[in-house]
Amino acid sequence: MKFAAFLIVSLCGGLLLYATADLPAWGDPNSPAGTHLSPHYIEKALEETDVPNLVTAVLADYRGYDTMFETAVVFCAGLACLLLLRDYTRKKGSFYRHIPTGVVIHFKENRKNPPKSREFEHMDKEWVPYDLIMKTVCRILIPFIQLYALYVVAHGDFSPGGGFQGGVIFGSSLILLAISYNLRTVMDRIKERVLGFLCVLGVLVYTGIGVLCMIPGGNFLDYSKLAVFLPVDPGHVRALGMLGVEIGVGIAVMAVMVVIYVNIASEGRHDEGL
Amino acid sequence: MSDIITIVVAKYNYWLYIILMMIGLYAMIAKNNLVKKLVGMNIFQTAIILFYVSIGYKKDATIPIIENAHGGHGNTAHAIHAADYINPLPHVLMLTAIVVSVATLGVALALAVKIYQRYQTLEEDEIRMRLTENRLAENNK
Amino acid sequence: MHWQIDLIILTFIIFCAVAAITVRDLLSTAILFGAYSFMMCLLWAVMGAVDVAFTEASVGAGVSTVFFVAAVFRTSRRTKD
Repeated sequence: MKFAAFLIVSLCGGLLLYATADLPAWGDPNSPAGTHLSPHYIEKALEETDVPNLVTAVLADYRGYDTMFETAVVFCAGLACLLLLRDYTRKKGSFYRHIPTGVVIHFKENRKNPPKSREFEHMDKEWVPYDLIMKTVCRILIPFIQLYALYVVAHGDFSPGGGFQGGVIFGSSLILLAISYNLRTVMDRIKERVLGFLCVLGVLVYTGIGVLCMIPGGNFLDYSKLAVFLPVDPGHVRALGMLGVEIGVGIAVMAVMVVIYVNIASEGRHDEGL
Repeated sequence: MSDIITIVVAKYNYWLYIILMMIGLYAMIAKNNLVKKLVGMNIFQTAIILFYVSIGYKKDATIPIIENAHGGHGNTAHAIHAADYINPLPHVLMLTAIVVSVATLGVALALAVKIYQRYQTLEEDEIRMRLTENRLAENNK
Repeated sequence: MHWQIDLIILTFIIFCAVAAITVRDLLSTAILFGAYSFMMCLLWAVMGAVDVAFTEASVGAGVSTVFFVAAVFRTSRRTKD
């Protein structure tokens, strides 16, 4: 098996190495990739869309369909993860800790309601004691990470960043909360229902903006037609349409990242995490 | 001699990308563990993304963000030349590809966790052994 | 772009890739893959693809490493190859 793999790999690699002879020299400004379509994007994007970051302009405006379906793919991946792993059967037995005394109570059946008060705390079987330093540092850090994520989404027109990056950073702040505290803390704050709703909402915001452009008679995702609804300078309206689209992408990506993490880390039971 | 040096300078990046791609392919074919195969798949993916991004690179050009345009409403003091900015098109395509790759990685890992729940192993040959055992048990019934 | 930086980072990348697929501990594989992604992010930043580098830093080096660690935590850590 190893020998066959080595043979395939060396054959394939040899062919590809042979093919590099026809590629343009590295960093050549006159290579085919840089001569047909991209000069139009580079020279006209600022004039047409009023967005200095060319990557955002091409991503959300010129190639809007592409990004819309990429968002749909991300949404489908989150859905597939949920459907593969989600397990609604409740585990038998639960552990509670009486906080003032530290006594652990083990309920073997789930029939009676667990005591709900400030003195009892639901805990995991494989319980690790909380690390004070870790918890405190993460508690201070998380709001700043989330603020930074919002900045990345909102400032994506002018600097590197945008919906994908901002959404992933926001999602990873929630994952950090789940790692430093425990998974139940996150699931108490953001219910599973809300997460699913946010996944759908992100894609809907994107397609909704596209449909909104059709109402005054434009094409799907033709942001310049949004000037009817927005009382701003008509030259700037495409940048605002892009911002709305990026917000939709950010919401969807954020929710999908959290859904995937939660389902993998708890094998779909949503109780004990990493 | 100088010809060889020019060829090497112009092409050595591509050669290293291909070596990286082949490392990923080898891991996908020859490794026995499913997580190792996934790592190989990701290495393959990033090597292809690297190749695409390098196609857009231009010598003596800057990053694809127009200078001095913040709040300028489309008016810059100077004309924009395509040769001054790196080609943004491969960046756009690959940016979305990276995010989709992490989403597909999530699905693949979910499948791996599910396989582990059923067969208690991630090694490919052991999974195949369990499958034959199950088939024999069904035939004997 | 200086070819020295380019060559050093590419060497590190290939080293990390080989290490990630040969090491026998899956947790080490996950961490080495995170290092690989971060080196890749550096390479793209040097190449001028700032948006792609930003995405790779947050997605490849951040979230996908966490996914790998979570999956290894829920399955087995040892492997034969």
